[in-house]
Amino acid sequence: MSGEQAFAETIEKDQRVEPRDWMPDGYRKTMIRQIAQHAHSEIIGMQPEGEWITRAPSLRRKAILLAKVQDEAGHGLYLYSAAETLGADRGDLTRRLIEGRQKYSSIFNYPTLSFADVGVIGWLVDGAAICNQVPLCRSSYGPYGRAMIRICKEESFHQRQGYELLMTMMRGTPAQQEMVQDAVNRWWWPSLMMFGPPDDQSPNSAQSMAWKIKRHSNDELRQRFVDMTVPQAEALGVTLPDPELAWNAERGHYDFGTPDWSELKRVISGDGPCNAQRIAHRRKADEDGAWVREAAAAHAAKRAGVQA
Amino acid sequence: MSDEIKHEWPLFEVFVRAKRGLNHVHVGSLRAADHQMALHHARDLYTRRNEGVSIWVVRSDDVVASSPGDKEAFFAPSGDKMYRHPTYYAIPDSVPHI
Repeated sequence: MSGEQAFAETIEKDQRVEPRDWMPDGYRKTMIRQIAQHAHSEIIGMQPEGEWITRAPSLRRKAILLAKVQDEAGHGLYLYSAAETLGADRGDLTRRLIEGRQKYSSIFNYPTLSFADVGVIGWLVDGAAICNQVPLCRSSYGPYGRAMIRICKEESFHQRQGYELLMTMMRGTPAQQEMVQDAVNRWWWPSLMMFGPPDDQSPNSAQSMAWKIKRHSNDELRQRFVDMTVPQAEALGVTLPDPELAWNAERGHYDFGTPDWSELKRVISGDGPCNAQRIAHRRKADEDGAWVREAAAAHAAKRAGVQA
Repeated sequence: MSDEIKHEWPLFEVFVRAKRGLNHVHVGSLRAADHQMALHHARDLYTRRNEGVSIWVVRSDDVVASSPGDKEAFFAPSGDKMYRHPTYYAIPDSVPHI
């Protein structure tokens, strides 16, 4: 059987494609792009919340936040590991990120203005990520699916710690409650945009569906997220900032307003509130760590008695 | 000399034993300067929540793998050796414990 036939049969039977299998160039390229973009999002995603580690209001919150940000680093590394099975090189991927040749999720270009943002990111941003990621556990590319299973297990902690943090603040003073509402107001629409453009403006989706890289459309997942989140907002006692949000008994779903797609385009193309800051920080971390990497390599080479 | 040092760390494959009595299972890969560092990174990366009691790291370029193209030659011969399986042998139901 030719590689091409074997690939088609693997996809058809809903089995997994593994690293050494023949695969179309387009599949390989799309997978590398998708996995790298996802890995970069995890790595850049450490920044907005990382800024609050030193300012967490208690030792408990600090320990939780440290663990969470460490998880984001871990998720990035699981994903770079998956990308390397396709022939990508993680050093090269990092350079592409720093040089702006590869993207990351637009959500991390928004600032975290108060500690309530840490809670809202856990609840809404990680909640949206879970909606996106659960179906990816069944991605046709084996190493990606396996990385996603690990990630999803850990994301659940992220979402719950966020929601618990918000519940605590909502039991606090009016000022604390206002902080939560303010954070919800700022993160709600960007969270909806995390699912990508509407289906009729999502050109690569059809091919990704056919390859079983993508299992549900952007709009389907967005709807699922809204349906999940509305009762959680009610339980928390916050208002989601969308006057069009209403239960539609006929559809059995919540109706909701249209995100500002021009904002998504702007932020993706580099003009969000924190794009430059995020990349500058990543670049600096890479440059500041260079001597450590060099020293470790030199030490290893010396100990091995040969030049590596 | 510094020109001759390759700064990109080599790739290592990581295997974790989830608990005593089970095999080590492949969990992914990571970059490290040497085996010792690979082991430490593997602990931080793959066992943050008691996922294991023992870790192996192996340099990826030391792994020799069968190729999907050789699948027929490698694995097909066992297909026609049904006599290696216990169900190949018909034993009357009346015979106990077999």
